[in-house]
Amino acid sequence: MNRLTPVRRKLASGLPLLAAPLLAGCNLVVLNPAGDIALQQRNIIFISTGLMLLIIIPVMVLIVLFAWRYRSSNEDATYDPEFDHSTSLELIIWSAPLLIIIALGGLTWWSTHKLDPFRPLERISAGRPVDPAVKPLHIQVVSLDWKWLFIYPEQGIATVNELALPVDRPVRFDLTSTNMMNTFYAPTLAGMIYTMPGMRSTMHAVLNKPGNYVGFSGNYSGSGFSDMRFRLRGLPAADFERWATGVKGSALPLNIPNYRILLRPSEKVAPILFATVDPDLFRRILERCVEPGTPCMSDVMRHDQAAGSPASTAQGHGSMPQNGRAKGAIFQSPEEKGSGPNVTKQGGPPPGQTKPGDKRNRTMSMINSLALPGDPGTARG
Amino acid sequence: MFDSAFLKTIFGRLTLESFPIHEPILLTTFVVVALLGGGVVAGVTRYKLWGWLWREWFTTVDHKKIGIMYIILGVIMLVRGFADALMMRAQQAMAFGANQGYLNAHHYDQLFTAHGTIMIFFVAIPLIVGLVNFVMPLQIGARDVAFPSLNNLSFWLTVAGALLVMVSLFVGEFARTGWLGYVPVGNLQNSPDTGVDYYLWALEIAGVGTTLSAINMVTTIIKMRAPGMTMMKMPIFCWTALCSNVLAIAIFPALTGAFLMLLLDRYLGTNFFTNDLGGNPMMYWNLVWVWGHPEVYVLVLPVFGIYSEITSTFSGKRLFGYSSMVYATVVITILSYLVWLHHFFTMGSGASVNSFFGIATMVISIPTGAKIFNWLFTMYRGKIRFELPMRWVIAFMLTFTVGGMTGVLLAVPPADFVLHNSLFLVAHFHNVIIGGVVFGLFAGIDYWFPKAFGFKLDRFWGNVHFWGWTIGYWVAWTPIYVVGLMGATRRLRHFDDPAMQPYFIIAAIGAVIILVGIIGFIMSIIVGVIRRDQLRDTTGDPWNGRTLEWSTSSPPPAYNFAFTPVVHELDTWYDMKNRGYERPADGYRAIHMPRNTGAGVIISFLALVMGFGMVWYMWWLGLLAFVAMVAVAIGHSFNRNRDYFIPADEVAGIEAKRNKQLAGAAA
Repeated sequence: MNRLTPVRRKLASGLPLLAAPLLAGCNLVVLNPAGDIALQQRNIIFISTGLMLLIIIPVMVLIVLFAWRYRSSNEDATYDPEFDHSTSLELIIWSAPLLIIIALGGLTWWSTHKLDPFRPLERISAGRPVDPAVKPLHIQVVSLDWKWLFIYPEQGIATVNELALPVDRPVRFDLTSTNMMNTFYAPTLAGMIYTMPGMRSTMHAVLNKPGNYVGFSGNYSGSGFSDMRFRLRGLPAADFERWATGVKGSALPLNIPNYRILLRPSEKVAPILFATVDPDLFRRILERCVEPGTPCMSDVMRHDQAAGSPASTAQGHGSMPQNGRAKGAIFQSPEEKGSGPNVTKQGGPPPGQTKPGDKRNRTMSMINSLALPGDPGTARG
Repeated sequence: MFDSAFLKTIFGRLTLESFPIHEPILLTTFVVVALLGGGVVAGVTRYKLWGWLWREWFTTVDHKKIGIMYIILGVIMLVRGFADALMMRAQQAMAFGANQGYLNAHHYDQLFTAHGTIMIFFVAIPLIVGLVNFVMPLQIGARDVAFPSLNNLSFWLTVAGALLVMVSLFVGEFARTGWLGYVPVGNLQNSPDTGVDYYLWALEIAGVGTTLSAINMVTTIIKMRAPGMTMMKMPIFCWTALCSNVLAIAIFPALTGAFLMLLLDRYLGTNFFTNDLGGNPMMYWNLVWVWGHPEVYVLVLPVFGIYSEITSTFSGKRLFGYSSMVYATVVITILSYLVWLHHFFTMGSGASVNSFFGIATMVISIPTGAKIFNWLFTMYRGKIRFELPMRWVIAFMLTFTVGGMTGVLLAVPPADFVLHNSLFLVAHFHNVIIGGVVFGLFAGIDYWFPKAFGFKLDRFWGNVHFWGWTIGYWVAWTPIYVVGLMGATRRLRHFDDPAMQPYFIIAAIGAVIILVGIIGFIMSIIVGVIRRDQLRDTTGDPWNGRTLEWSTSSPPPAYNFAFTPVVHELDTWYDMKNRGYERPADGYRAIHMPRNTGAGVIISFLALVMGFGMVWYMWWLGLLAFVAMVAVAIGHSFNRNRDYFIPADEVAGIEAKRNKQLAGAAA
């Protein structure tokens, strides 16, 4: 039972905090973002909430009022047990919400198109249109189990769990995933978007204020999900260039062997900087053909389009990407069935050898941390 | 020795490792459950109740008893699901910065999956189905449902699903995918262990039960209404039950189909939802949400019916705008099919698709808003008695409007981009599920309990129940709205930002207040049973009700109505009372009744065994249980001994006793 004491201690230490003004100290980042897209999304939240309060507040007041006025002990109130219909009231009942929803629906149609993540930005912030000469910064985002890979194709660099953005420059993100579905979410920058294996999503955004922020995955993707966070750094243009040059000067290349190490599940990964990156890497991740010799999805499709023509078999070999194919349970031999253990178990001596029910038998973190050869940052264990 | 091929063939992947004896939390739970369960079994054996339980309850085809059993199942599972919730709240209140909390990822991820799965499939659905089962046939003046033994089977299939989920607590483990079993997390490559298999088999079995039950209820409402009860004279609860069950029939096949395809992926190596070889995980999301969003309305529509009945009864008035209420219900039923994509606006469907689904979602708020207004104007010029059921209605109206507002907010795609998957969203759906569905179920239980058992629930503990839940709800979920706006997303077991911790601590306190509410609920039943003689109601109509169920005795006789009532007006019983209705004293005839059957229990037990065998790869056991199940079903279809007559004398005896009781009460 002593496992409960930390809870009690925490609760006790939390009590004085309750007395403090609750909203004063906290940062409602969703309502106070540093990026123009997130800011416009916040404005939509405010406008819609305001529109709905027009009807919600009167209704709530009426509920309390009627409940009080028509309580059975109140002899002054009219009692009319047969009153069950009134055409004018019905008209109001249906038309009042209808009007609100018409207004809100118009706002929805307009703002959904305006703030579509696929749509290139038209402004950097209120009153500052995008300079047509400035090309958006292109960043390719890959979610791995359980960390983020950012590729900067123009700069020829890549990072893990660290995203640096130049302030006030539009950014175009192309996103995909290796295995799980995640959402790429930096609340201060813009709303979230899914990263999905074999599919590419796109998002345009801009960061307006320099500073250090956090981003993470918003969609549960397995045991390392909680700590799948990245550092978001907003840098003035000159600082960004300096940062990119610094990354270029680091030692680590993102080649296929290093990518394979990255691909292994790991959690709580500290930022890693890669000086060089294969320019075709993102496409091959997306088309699921990073391993040399695997046919890419576009090859397969080309092959399928020219089905039957012997000339078409050259590249795709008529097969499909085979990464991680699993054998159905029924086809497994008895040996392959393995055992269905409880994975919370600590590695090492079998259960029961240490005392059954002992809390030392369980691990808090299941995943081995990531170690790249020659990288002091990740080798620490 | 467990590695030998022979043992693997017999036991599949079940090994000594499958039992979590290393795990302190589970071991303690197991001991407690074993002691409680052992106590119950010993008690039943000691007082020789097994035969009575089997004859009177397990094999019963009486819709009232089946309804009560559904509710007992729902309440037991509520305690399990709530224990999960308390553990999650404790973890999230602790795990900040260097503190990892007391649950590791594998355990925590099972907890939130089990919590959601249990609360929707084994708490909300059984409680709704239970209330519909108990009340609806009485309200339409029927003697039972259309297919009484199918009803029994539906119930026991739901129990089999619930048991399979409970078994996963102590043998193997449960899914770590979230409550909808999302792929790619739930694919065989990513979750090779038993968790997802337990999830899928449990919900397949229970899902078949729910679908059969829905077919049964729809048939009953369409075919078995008392003479004179046209559709527009049907009590509003029956209307909402009808729409809810029509929805269920339409959507559950999508869910069972999606689960079946995932089972094929996992067992036969097909590629419906895999990342490679042409599979598409997004398709699974579409299919489960084609079920998932209408499911919200499957749950909430009957509850709207409950609120309508209660508001009208306790305001002492007709329901305001009955026909607009019916139209609103039908409109919601249809629209609820057209909104599922709002669960993944952020997948990049494009602006026009998102706008369509966003606006369709908002449109649902119009009939829902009309309903709120109708309840409001039912109270207007009424004489409101604030008995427990009516208190729940007021708490619901105030809580639910806020949840409705945040829901419409989430339907605006640009707003959803920042709020999707956040704790704001989690707070929203708990706001509508607790503030809407759960409050309504408690209101319904408080309201119809005297009908089922002949005495009211204890008032003091009923108040503890009410205030515990209402205050607890607001204390527990307001801070979660706030952390959602601070950028916290769902299903996290550990946080970095210490500014959020006070909110999670408040939320944990709120959960404890809700616990007080749950204890109040259980105590209101226990104390009610102890004080049943003071709380006794002999009139059968303790609330001055308006619909037909209040015209019977409490509890109603097995045959419900000695004479099928003839309906002239909407509020039939109110109308009968106004016209000075007199109970007939003679002229009884023998009543044709369905006979109890053990087939439902046996088939469901075999389904449970089949599920267990398949989860653990014991192919022989799964196949054997399946063959046996089919055999029992075929055998049962040849059973011609399915009905009997209650002789006229016996009916006359019961009715005479009742007339005497009523005369005694009047005197």
